[in-house]
Amino acid sequence: MYRYDEFDHAFVNERVAQFRGQVDRRLSGEISEDQFKPLRLMNGVYLQLHAYMLRIAIPYGTLNPPQLRMLAFIARKYDRGYGHFTTRQNLQFNWPALKDIPDILGHLASVEMHAIQTSGNCIRNVTADHFAGAAADEVVDPRPYAEILRQWSSLHPEFIFLPRKFKIAVTGSERDRAATQVHDIGLHAKRDAEGRLGFAYYVGGGLGRTPMIGHLINEFVPVEDLLSYTEAVLRVYNLFGRRDNKYKARIKILVHETGAAEIKRQVEEEWARIRDGALVLPQDEIHRIEAYFAPPALAAKPAASVKLNAARKVDPQLDAWVAQNTVAHKTPGYTIVTISLKPIGGTPGDATAEQMDLIADLAERYSHGEIRVSHEQNLILPHVALDDLPALHQALAAANLATANAGLVTDIIACPGLDYCALANARSIPIAQRISERFADPVRQRDVGELKIKISGCINACGHHHVGHIGILGVEKKGEEFYQLTLGGSGDETASVGEIIGPGFGYDEVVDAVETLVDTYLKVRSGPEENFLAAYRRLGQAPFKEALYGAA
Amino acid sequence: MFKAAKEGPAKVITANDLRDGLVVFLDHDGGWTHDIALARVVEDGPDLDQANAYAKAQHDARIVVEPYPIDVEVKSGVPVPVRYRERIRAEKGPTIVYGYDEVAKLQQAGGVKRATGT
Repeated sequence: MYRYDEFDHAFVNERVAQFRGQVDRRLSGEISEDQFKPLRLMNGVYLQLHAYMLRIAIPYGTLNPPQLRMLAFIARKYDRGYGHFTTRQNLQFNWPALKDIPDILGHLASVEMHAIQTSGNCIRNVTADHFAGAAADEVVDPRPYAEILRQWSSLHPEFIFLPRKFKIAVTGSERDRAATQVHDIGLHAKRDAEGRLGFAYYVGGGLGRTPMIGHLINEFVPVEDLLSYTEAVLRVYNLFGRRDNKYKARIKILVHETGAAEIKRQVEEEWARIRDGALVLPQDEIHRIEAYFAPPALAAKPAASVKLNAARKVDPQLDAWVAQNTVAHKTPGYTIVTISLKPIGGTPGDATAEQMDLIADLAERYSHGEIRVSHEQNLILPHVALDDLPALHQALAAANLATANAGLVTDIIACPGLDYCALANARSIPIAQRISERFADPVRQRDVGELKIKISGCINACGHHHVGHIGILGVEKKGEEFYQLTLGGSGDETASVGEIIGPGFGYDEVVDAVETLVDTYLKVRSGPEENFLAAYRRLGQAPFKEALYGAA
Repeated sequence: MFKAAKEGPAKVITANDLRDGLVVFLDHDGGWTHDIALARVVEDGPDLDQANAYAKAQHDARIVVEPYPIDVEVKSGVPVPVRYRERIRAEKGPTIVYGYDEVAKLQQAGGVKRATGT
């Protein structure tokens, strides 16, 4: 993975010192809360429902073991022994004291981490496919280009005060695991007929209160033009994006109101002006960054593991876990392991300090020192030998980390909701827990098959409910929690925004409603190979509506 | 001067502590408490205006952050927030167990499940 150079170290350390000074001045009264708030937000510090919250960037979701151990150390020393992995591949601590945050940032800097641009109206942490560099179906590892974008966007003086926040996601596979089409910019790295590297360039996607699917404005932006093209997009947005209304300030609204064709024209007019300037990416610089992400040297192995296959025959739990939580690696004899942070009845995305330490150890032992955070709030070990799966499974199971539910109905995305978040209108976590408990039976889960349930506790949609096969949105109605259901959303390469199925449900009713939807799907599907989303797309709302609300 | 709160609708002032960020409520002595049962209960009118002004001064004095009044219903002498959001804040944490307590809860549930063979 990328390692900081001298410039990066100096830059992050200076920033820690600067924020230490800002906190000191806040505590001593030299600056007011109004003056301090934008400064703390630029360093990832929120004031939430119960306490401060610190959001730490995990660029493109890639972590090494010393970094994960540092997060565990911070959780123990400065927080309450756990952290929360988010849908943006970040980590949040829920209980840090303001006076301690400069020290926390100092510790993070020592392992090449920070919280810069994890909040505020700037370019946020660049996210990527969590299977990057490992997936069998990958054409291009997207992380070097995510890193180039990270370097370009970090404290970019022109883009520190955008109309609103700005999120970029990059994938390098046909299968879009990074939800690129629901980002402000979504990039799909690919090669053209001549083998040259470039990006399909999507603009204007997003979730929140006005969900939109991104528009493809350029089929192929060559890699050397990545920064000039992106700068042109940001310039058009910075100039014309609305600043009069926070709720209409994202680029998706600009693209929607202006039209994708006109946005493309404006972008490419600006691009023509700057394309041959200072932002052209030199080939040697591209290769220098790519080298940081060179795949680990994996010893050649047979495609099938006799040891694993024998162990699977006698251990049904191992067998189920391997079937569900591993996917094909580009190197024969290896696999990609999803460590589920969704134990039945647990808080999606939470991990204790002990679990983080254990996963760091296991990554060193079994995954060439690599860990990934998925936007689905799980952790990934990307390079595991098939032979090592039985031992890895045993170690994970002892720490309640071996739930065999990746991609199933209990692998639920949920935002922190009203249990933690100052913006939320309703709770998300207990809904996720109760759905998870309802569908705890592993046989039933496997029968239901792939089903993405995503829960947000308010319209800001951090829980990505718009792109859930079943989306759940919590609202407040007459002082009570109330939940709207949407069906048919998807964040993959066939991205779609879910449609509201009908009147919402109370806190005590919503789990039954979800179960009704699932049972209906089981009745109407053409066969086990037709998943929930496919069945919904084929049949539409009618059978689900009737099951929930009775015949019209 | 301390007055016993009347039963029924009233207000208390809440904020977050500047240094540690935790939820606090204005108390009878002009201090801040984590326990809403010890909060000063005021009624609309001069009492509330005075409490708000005092809380604003406490914000300016860097004791608390962004104080605001919340609606409560006094029941058996204890103020209970009307809005669910404020009830959660008054409980000092999420409605679910977290961290080590959650792991213990899940392990217990798993243990019970294994023991009963379900």
